[in-house]
Amino acid sequence: MVLIYAESPNGQLKKAALEAVTYGKHVADMLGVECAAITLGNNVTDAGSLGKYGAARVFNVNSSNLNDLDSQVTAAVLANAAKNLNASVIVLSHTSTGKSIAGRLAVRLDAGLVSGVNALPESNGDTLLVKKSVFSGKAIATYAINSPVKVLSLMGNALRPEATGAPVSVETLDIAIPAGKVRVKETKTIDGRVPLPEAEVVVSAGRGMKDPSNWGIVEELAEALDATTACSRPVADSNWRPHHEHVGQTGIAIRPNLYIAIGISGAIQHLAGVNNSKVIVVINKDTEAPFFKAADYGVVGDLFDVVPRLTEAVRKFKAST
Amino acid sequence: MKFLVCISQTPDTTAKISFNADGTAFNPAGVQFIMNPYDEWYALVRACELKEALGGTVVAINVGPATNETTIRKALAIGADEAVRIDAEPHSSAYVASQIGAYAKAENFDLIFLGKETIDYNGSEVGSMLAEHLDLPFISYASKLELNGNMATVEREIEGGVQVLEVELPAVVSAAKGMAEQRIPNMRGIMMARSKPLKVVQPVESTDHAGVTRFELPPAKAGVKLVDPEQMDELVRLLHEEAKVI
Repeated sequence: MVLIYAESPNGQLKKAALEAVTYGKHVADMLGVECAAITLGNNVTDAGSLGKYGAARVFNVNSSNLNDLDSQVTAAVLANAAKNLNASVIVLSHTSTGKSIAGRLAVRLDAGLVSGVNALPESNGDTLLVKKSVFSGKAIATYAINSPVKVLSLMGNALRPEATGAPVSVETLDIAIPAGKVRVKETKTIDGRVPLPEAEVVVSAGRGMKDPSNWGIVEELAEALDATTACSRPVADSNWRPHHEHVGQTGIAIRPNLYIAIGISGAIQHLAGVNNSKVIVVINKDTEAPFFKAADYGVVGDLFDVVPRLTEAVRKFKAST
Repeated sequence: MKFLVCISQTPDTTAKISFNADGTAFNPAGVQFIMNPYDEWYALVRACELKEALGGTVVAINVGPATNETTIRKALAIGADEAVRIDAEPHSSAYVASQIGAYAKAENFDLIFLGKETIDYNGSEVGSMLAEHLDLPFISYASKLELNGNMATVEREIEGGVQVLEVELPAVVSAAKGMAEQRIPNMRGIMMARSKPLKVVQPVESTDHAGVTRFELPPAKAGVKLVDPEQMDELVRLLHEEAKVI
């Protein structure tokens, strides 16, 4: 069995969970085994809908003690579930939660782990071969996992959720839950747009904006594209924009379908966080900006003219479709 | 308070990455190696700050060959009191975690720090594995950590927000931006580092279940397609029809 842990913070299935189930379904089909998903917590809404993404069975461990996602507790429960269900491949999402659990689960199950995979594996006898991006996007490595039980964590936006099946009924799994040692005191969420690691379109701006009061044109473009806004490190360090918007090596690494970089020169540390984006558009008045070398589309021009014009063009396009 | 900081040695951020002819091994020729920035800037510096405020010892640990000792001495120059090198090639995160776990088991550290991930294999695996080997709580991506007696209050980045957590020590924490500011070792630190203890420990037996069989460079970009700044309708058309991203 391929068992997918579908994350549901605050009871809501994450987009990453739908991606993981879609991925798990492909792996299960390739191996000719059953695809099942598991959710944790007593507040999960609509877990059965994971059937649409390919889970033939959906399990839930129903306890409020799992809502806080203490990695020690979660890994113990998932490991027991995997053993009880005789799962040979466990798929997690490469998220803040998944990253905390993946290593623990691999140790508990004596399993080989490859985290942050971004392509479907190939099977070679009992070995799984799977690729991931390494050296901060500068290379791709193929890993071989040889252990009987294997753990994979899937990078966000690596594939699109495919809803081809039908909902299934949720089965409750009875698993003992150890006491946790971490207590969640508070969760502060940033309201508004899709979180950066999950965003499909990101509009990002840098020092070329000259002053934080100029950000209106960036926000309007993001609004028109239904995108999430981001920024470069100097901008976050000068407190022009909030730190949670900082993408790059020290900030958040992202891989949206479309990354629009406005007035960002493209230092290697910035590229390390964004070079896995599928399509990169660079808007910069400096023809020599290194970012153009990493870009798919470039506009050489004054961003204060180009960005409003692009926003207008996007609005016109959206209105016509 | 006894702190352990796990440090990894990685190619410099700006290093050109290449592999041997059949793509089975990383080519270290001409590459400058550094302490993994997250281990250095965030994990090590925060451990040193806490020790300086509360007293105790900071031990830096690295799994690697003798050539890593330059990096280890830098950790001592930044403020670690002593260092341990486990004399083995760090050929996988599982291997590194089991080696550090075996060492740390007998040492009763109160707080074990490491960076959120390494900039070479980007796996974010060692902290979680190490915590499981030691049966300790693990908090990843911590951007702030304060100690109050035996309790740590930790802020942690999650998708679209921040969590504030409380955990009783001992614990394992992986550190991200916000935890501390980079420290440049001063001359005194560098001099003192020379005489600080650096213990070399032999590795324990450990089995690997996953490893890299092949490296390749990403497919080269076709090159940038320039669009006239007056023609933004054309850019939108390209993004829709050619790139299919809007």
